[in-house]
Formats: sequence, structure tokens, C-alpha cells
Amino acid sequence: MKEGRPRSFYVLATFFAAYVLFLYGPMIAIYVLSFQGPQGGLTFPMNGVSTFWIAKLFQGTGIVDLGAAFRRSLLLGIIVMIVTVVLSVAAGMAFRRKFRAQSILFYSAIASLIVPSIITSLGISLEFRIIDDLIKAHWNENFETSMGLLTSGLGAHLTWTLPFGLLIMFAIFNRFDPRLEEAARDLGATPWQTFRHVVLPIILPSVIGIGLFGFTLSWDELARSSQAIGAVNTLPLDLQGLTTTVTNPDIYALGTVISAVSFTVITLALGTIHMLNKRQAAKGSDAGQGLV
Amino acid sequence: MSEEVLQQAAPGLIPGSGTARAAKPTRLSPSFISWLQAGPMMLVFLAFFLIPLAFVVIVSFWDYNEYQLLPAFSGRGYTDTFEGCIAQLPDLCTIGKTYLKTLKLGFMVWAITLFIGFWVAYFLAFHVKSKTWQMGLSLLCTIPFWTSNVIRMIAWIPLLGRNGLVNSGLIKTGLINHPLEWLLFSEFSVVLALVHLFTFFMVVPIFNSMVRIDKSLIEAAYDAGATGFQTLLNVIIPLAKPGIVIGSIFVITIVMGDFITIGVMGGQQIAAAGKIIETRVNALQFPAAAANAVILLTITFLIITMMSRIVDIKKEL
Repeated sequence: MKEGRPRSFYVLATFFAAYVLFLYGPMIAIYVLSFQGPQGGLTFPMNGVSTFWIAKLFQGTGIVDLGAAFRRSLLLGIIVMIVTVVLSVAAGMAFRRKFRAQSILFYSAIASLIVPSIITSLGISLEFRIIDDLIKAHWNENFETSMGLLTSGLGAHLTWTLPFGLLIMFAIFNRFDPRLEEAARDLGATPWQTFRHVVLPIILPSVIGIGLFGFTLSWDELARSSQAIGAVNTLPLDLQGLTTTVTNPDIYALGTVISAVSFTVITLALGTIHMLNKRQAAKGSDAGQGLV
Repeated sequence: MSEEVLQQAAPGLIPGSGTARAAKPTRLSPSFISWLQAGPMMLVFLAFFLIPLAFVVIVSFWDYNEYQLLPAFSGRGYTDTFEGCIAQLPDLCTIGKTYLKTLKLGFMVWAITLFIGFWVAYFLAFHVKSKTWQMGLSLLCTIPFWTSNVIRMIAWIPLLGRNGLVNSGLIKTGLINHPLEWLLFSEFSVVLALVHLFTFFMVVPIFNSMVRIDKSLIEAAYDAGATGFQTLLNVIIPLAKPGIVIGSIFVITIVMGDFITIGVMGGQQIAAAGKIIETRVNALQFPAAAANAVILLTITFLIITMMSRIVDIKKEL
């Protein structure tokens, strides 16, 4: 092998750096612009520096009822996260054995990932409309709708987060040594004890990764929510609504607040994963190596 | 069938057959436990994906008037969609033009994301030697995926707007006298934003394929006298093909069904396959929306089938 780095390294490193700049540059621009002075406009240069626009959002004098949408999105995100983690881990365990219908589940997950969101969203909205019509026709004439944040909205988000959860579980168990469980069983552990004290601690960092996907994908979800969320809006839907009437930096302020939540969750999750990995490396045997 | 699929999808998942039964007798049979474990997820997909898809197909054959669905068989959703298509021949009708435009957008975004994604993945897989750096840089590429798409779209406004950084910079340097109008709310900004948002879907699978390539194969190619370019063409690209195909499927299906990026970045002025569905829904013409969804689904499915001919996807996940 040649000594030092080849010229292609520097070319590609520059290319990569440009890509990262392309990824982050515009985002950073709006974070900066959301601290515009009160007289500031939508573009550079900055017209003073203030937290005027962010404060305006929280005062509720802004264009949307930010507080309500914020709480709704947070609630939905947390529920989606929990359901995604539990169902993905359970289904991931099931896939380690043969069972009937597993190829149906596998293909459903892949299809759910690939079928355009607008179609899934439309389908869910049709389903709930038809359910509503049935209820009105047969049981209760005054019934309004079964569509809502935690019915159709939750379902729509899960069709997006569960495939990611399942694929991450596949990746985990591809590298999992089943002899660890055999050892636990040989020592007399019940299946639940084996899972609780052997399997779960080893896969925990990746499970937190699933939670990270679950929350962030739901928190920012738009296309699937668009038709299926019912009467109330989530935060991204409100933000999208604002894009057609952009006149001042409060849209950037809203973007910055939404991103701040995302980055908090990302940091928390990555920090926890890092901590768990370190603890595994320090206290665990070499059995947990490579299970990031 | 199912075992074979799983073996391909995740080799090593199915442990030795004896292990499950070696445990002490339990009251629950293994197949019952599997159902308990996988059942909830299956139910979610059934209730919120498979049944809704069936409803899309069914409702696409229903009738409608200004304000409600009429559950009676009708081809109106489709005939309305293709209205004037025969009369206008040989010119393309609206729906034809829209799909052509969507395909064109899809092709442009695909070509650009493939180019960027391939080289970013190549750099990460072959030039970054330390595992820590590899993970850190991959994370750097992933983090934006965990943040909001709409925000990443509006982030272009201060850069590309009439008084944005690009225009004011160009005017200052004297290259142009008037701000360029085509930078924002145009096909250009739509393609730019789609590339910005979805190159990630290309990077991940290609990177995944590339890290699995045995480095000694590349050394062998060099030892046998291949140039860097020949190695790339005859060793790396064929071995990275599964990732390229999976990434391509992701990017193309996303662009084909997109209506948000095209709406926001196109200033709600550009027609596209996904936007037709949205427009129809907003007009409460559900059967027409459903008919368009069926058409879009069929075209997407055709594209995926064509692409998966090239590579066996099940093997690669």
C-alpha cells in the first residue's frame, strides 16, 4: 500500500465537506435569522439581534396557537415513540423464530415505507370517514367523527415509524449471539428473565435508537398527517400553513423552536446510547462488543 | 416460503431449531408466543395500512357529487381524471403532462442524489479508516434527517429569495443587474430542496453495501494491475449495486408521491402526481383522489418492479 493519503482522499474530503455545508448551511441560516431585531426582515443582513420573534411566539400573539399545537405534537410524539419501541422489540423477537405470516408482516413493513405517504394518508382518511358514516347510519346520528390525533393520527404516524423500528431490530439480531440466551436458560432463567436480564441490556442502546427514530419522525411528520389528523393541526402542519404567507421572521422563530426540541431529543438519545456503550465496555464481557 | 424470505432478509436470525424447545416445559406454545409478539405490529399495519389501501382501491370506483361519497359503482373518478385525453390527441392532456413532469423531476432528483450519495458513501466507506470517525461522520449526515423537512425547506428562502444572499451577492459582484427570479418558487428550487432532503436515503443503503465489500478484493484488483477507475467500474460499482438500487427506489418513490416539497418550494404553482391527489381531496372529490392514488400506486409499483429485477432486495436488508 502507498504511504500517506492519495489525492482522491482530498478531492472526496472536500466534496464531503461541501455536502455537509449544503446540509447544514441553510438550517443554520434560519436559526440565526430567528434572532432578528424587531424591525428585521426575512433575509440577511441582520437588523439587530433580539429574541423578539421567539418571545412573540410564546406570548401567543403570533399567527398560530403555538402552545396547543406544541402540546399536541409532543403528546403524539411521545406516544408514537413508546408504541414504536414496544411493538418493534416484540416483533423483532418474534422474527428470531419461524412463525406463520412473518413474510406478510415483513412485506407490509417494507410496503408501508415505500408506498407514497399521501396514499396511506388518503386511505386512512377514507377508512375513518366510512367508519363515521356507518356509526351515523346505525348507532348515533349525532356522532361527529372518530378521526383524531390519537386514533387516525397515531395510526398514520405508526405506519411510518414501525418499519424503521423493525429494520433496526433486524440489524440488532443479525449480530446477536444466541448462545448468551442458551447460557441463561441453562442456568435456569425463565424466558422472561432471559429477556429482561440478558437480551434487553445488550440491545438497549439500539432500542433507544428506535425511540429516537420514533419520536423525531413523528415530531416532524407531515405528509401522512396531512389527511389523517382530523380537525386539529400538529406543529409541522401549522408551520407548513405559514409558508404560504411568509412576511416576517416569526416563521423562522417557530422553525428554531421546533428544531430545538428535535436537537434536545437527539442529544439526549445519543448521550444515553454513548453512556450505555461505555458502561457495557467497562462492565460487560466482550459479548456486547459491536452491538452499537 | 416465509422461512426462506427471513433467512435472506436476516441470516442468522433463526437459531438452531432445538434451542427453543430445550427449555423447561412452559404453558404457552412457541407459535402462540410468536403471535403475541408480532401480532400487535401486524394489527397496526392491517388497520392503518392494508385496509386503508383496500379502501383507496374500492372508493376509486365509487360515485360522488359536490359534497359526499356515493357508494355505487362508477368509473367517474377515472374518467374525470383522464378527461379530454383522447380528444386532445396527439397532444398530451393535463394528467399526462403532470405525470411526465413528475417523472422528469423524479429523474433529475434521482440522478443528482445518486451522484452525491455515491461519492459521500464512497468517502465514508473507503477513505475514512477509523471506526469512530466513520460513525461520527455518518451521524453528521443522519442528524438532519431527524429534524423537520419543512424547516429545511424554508431554510432556503433567506438564501434564494429575491433579496436573498445569492441574489444580493451576485448583484454586488456585478454579475447581474436584476435579481434572478428563477431561484425560488421554481422547478430549480424544488429539485434543490428534494436533493437536500433526500440524498440521505441514497447515502445509507449505498454506504451499507460498500462497507460490506471485502477490502482484499480491491487490493487484488490493484495487484492485478487495474487502475483506480477500472476497480471502481468493475469491482466497487457491481458490489454496491444492491445499495444503489434500494436507494434509488426510496428516492424515486418519495419524489413521485411528494406534494409538500413541490408545494412549498414551487410556490404551490407546480403540478405533480401527489399534488393532484391533494387538490382532489381538498375539493372533497374523494373517488377522484382515490383514482389518482391508484394510478400513482400502479406507476410506483411498476418502477419498483423494474428496479428490483436488477437486484434481489430481500437479500440485502
